[in-house]
Amino acid sequence: MYKILRKETFSDVTKLMEIQAPHVAHSAKAGQFIIVRIDEAGERIPLTIADYDKEKGSITIIFQEVGKSTMHLGRMEPGAEISTLAGPLGHPTEIKNYGTIICVGGGVGIAPIYPIARSLKEAGNTVISIIGARTKSLLFWEDKMREVSDELIACTDDGSYGRKSLVTEPLKEFLENKDKKIARVWAIGPAIMMKFVSLTTKPYNVPTVVSLNTIMIDGTGMCGGCRVLLDDGAQFVCVDGPEFDAHKVNWDSLLSRLRFYREEEQLSLQRYEHKCRLEGAAEGGR
Amino acid sequence: MKIKRHEMPNQDPFVRRGNYDEVALGYSLETAKEEAERCLQCKEPKCVEGCPVGVMIPQFIKALREGDIVKSVQWMKAKNNLPAICGRVCPQEVQCEGNCILGKKGEPVAIGRLERFVGDYELVHRTCPLEKAPKTGKKAAVVGSGPAGLTCAVDLAREGHEVTMFESLHSSGGVLIYGIPEFRLPKKVVHSEVNYAVECLGIDIKVDHIIGRTFTLDELLKNYSAVFLGTGAGLPSFMKIPGINYNGVMSANEFLTRVNLMKGYKFPEYDTPVKVGGEVAVIGAGNVAMDAARCSLRLQTLHSGKSENNSGEVHMVYRRSRDEVPARGEEFHHAEEEGVIFNFLTNPIEILGDEKGNVRGMRCIRMKLGEPDNSGRRSPAAILGSEFEMKVDTVIMALGTSPNPLVFVDAAGLERTRHGTVVADRKTGRTMKHRVWAGGDIITGAATVISAMGAGKRAAADINNFLKGEVPW
Repeated sequence: MYKILRKETFSDVTKLMEIQAPHVAHSAKAGQFIIVRIDEAGERIPLTIADYDKEKGSITIIFQEVGKSTMHLGRMEPGAEISTLAGPLGHPTEIKNYGTIICVGGGVGIAPIYPIARSLKEAGNTVISIIGARTKSLLFWEDKMREVSDELIACTDDGSYGRKSLVTEPLKEFLENKDKKIARVWAIGPAIMMKFVSLTTKPYNVPTVVSLNTIMIDGTGMCGGCRVLLDDGAQFVCVDGPEFDAHKVNWDSLLSRLRFYREEEQLSLQRYEHKCRLEGAAEGGR
Repeated sequence: MKIKRHEMPNQDPFVRRGNYDEVALGYSLETAKEEAERCLQCKEPKCVEGCPVGVMIPQFIKALREGDIVKSVQWMKAKNNLPAICGRVCPQEVQCEGNCILGKKGEPVAIGRLERFVGDYELVHRTCPLEKAPKTGKKAAVVGSGPAGLTCAVDLAREGHEVTMFESLHSSGGVLIYGIPEFRLPKKVVHSEVNYAVECLGIDIKVDHIIGRTFTLDELLKNYSAVFLGTGAGLPSFMKIPGINYNGVMSANEFLTRVNLMKGYKFPEYDTPVKVGGEVAVIGAGNVAMDAARCSLRLQTLHSGKSENNSGEVHMVYRRSRDEVPARGEEFHHAEEEGVIFNFLTNPIEILGDEKGNVRGMRCIRMKLGEPDNSGRRSPAAILGSEFEMKVDTVIMALGTSPNPLVFVDAAGLERTRHGTVVADRKTGRTMKHRVWAGGDIITGAATVISAMGAGKRAAADINNFLKGEVPW
């Protein structure tokens, strides 16, 4: 069992948790992820490592409540324990001095882009960061991102904070600017955002790395549930990734596979909310 | 008068299609004793030669027929740590029972069923806790808690070594937990047998540890005097045909992990969903394919909400013929009884999808068998112009597996064959890397539970001698 040490609430649906897991903290690196299962009846879900503390033996995750499991996790408090925390998984990000790079974090993707930006900065890169969210309340870690960036642009879809635009707009401007050669782009966020980042950088031939978040079960390469189609065949995100060359990814196949269990996800969520309401009512009656 | 081999009672095929309960119900004490009477007690028993762990079969059967079950358990456990499991999943027809002298003219002694009887009795009565020899102070790490790792760990712990097992999943047992379905091997039998052994011997199991990521092999070698790799062959193969990424195409590993490990058949009581459509095709005809097909039938029936109702079709698509089916005889028979449809000499060449990216069909080609090749198997060849379309909405690929590559991260000197399996001495399990042993599917590729146990046992013997300083590396 793994104890929740700390919880921060960024918004109604965005939560941070620091969890005791010395075995994972021991070898965690930027770009890797973990598999979490809350309790005996729980499913295994992948979450990216947003930070780690080797001395304390803890790792930090940031997640958005999008369905049953993340909602359940989001309602847990420090001191509570989760059943499974396996990792670190996936290849770490290839950190080198590339020159000037851009890190794009969309929504909850800001969390996993942070350790990558930090490591790239430490490796001597000039780091430009673009962070974006639907609305102001979903934006977080601007200060932390600023600390590891030479330049930072925040945007919201609705203009409630920073620039009113999608992340691809400022990205395109940087790519257009001939004075500053962009060596590489990293993008983490919703699949649809990563697809459009990929489409934006492709005409400029700037190598673009995305961290894919597909459906996973074991996370160790034994099932292929997470497989993704690349130009040169299928690969497993959990062991071959999670980072891939964005320009080789078949985005339509990826988006279609993410939708496969939508009905079941809805059913599970409704059942959970119903149960929570019943429990709430029972407590209210006492 | 000759006694006939005793049938084992089974759940009715039409009833069992609607549940995940065990199909074969096991012998009663009376039936077990009567079946035990059939054994001729050969002076030079051939059955023992057929058993990969060398169970002393005539002895355990003799004790059983004399009604001394405790003694029967002792004979059994002298060689086999997990009889309740082996009795259920071994392909006895090609092992012990295949060698039984009675089988020459009639039916062999039902050794597997008797073994299961003895194993189940022991899980209830616990007459013979495994004993631990005095502590040696030596530490061994076992990577993987499937049949090979479990056997190796138990044997090493019995010798007094301090054993730590590393398991990547949240539950130990390997394929016994995630692969073989409940109706063939109830998970409570696995948990009970594993926990019993682990508690008796004080083995430390670390779940959620992925060797190659959480710790590397080289890190383990700093802390342990010997390391045994029993990580199996978990990496699934997909056919190299167009369309494998459509929704509804799965590896059997994914499907069975969702069903068995995650209890997807109990969704939404359990959180992991699993779904199959009304027309399922399972590609392959090994044990894994049988398991996937039979799980699919049950899901179709459960989802229809009507028990005893087969609300869909499950096809097994196999490029060879009935005679080459590699699955255990009993499972093949059970699958047929339950209504799995077999499409022999058929090979898919393309999976077809609709505009939403879901599977809508499969293009197949008819095959014919050629002359036997070097290995003695008749290899199938496509019949030109025989392509046809099959209407299916779910495709499960059970085409075999190869070793998971993660364990090879930071494991310099651990040599592999071109098939990805580890190079190791078959007798001792020694690999090309100092103080590292391996056994089971990681060296053979996908094989059987009992052959993995045999490999774990042989490696444990060599590791024990090495740790005691009796043999050098």
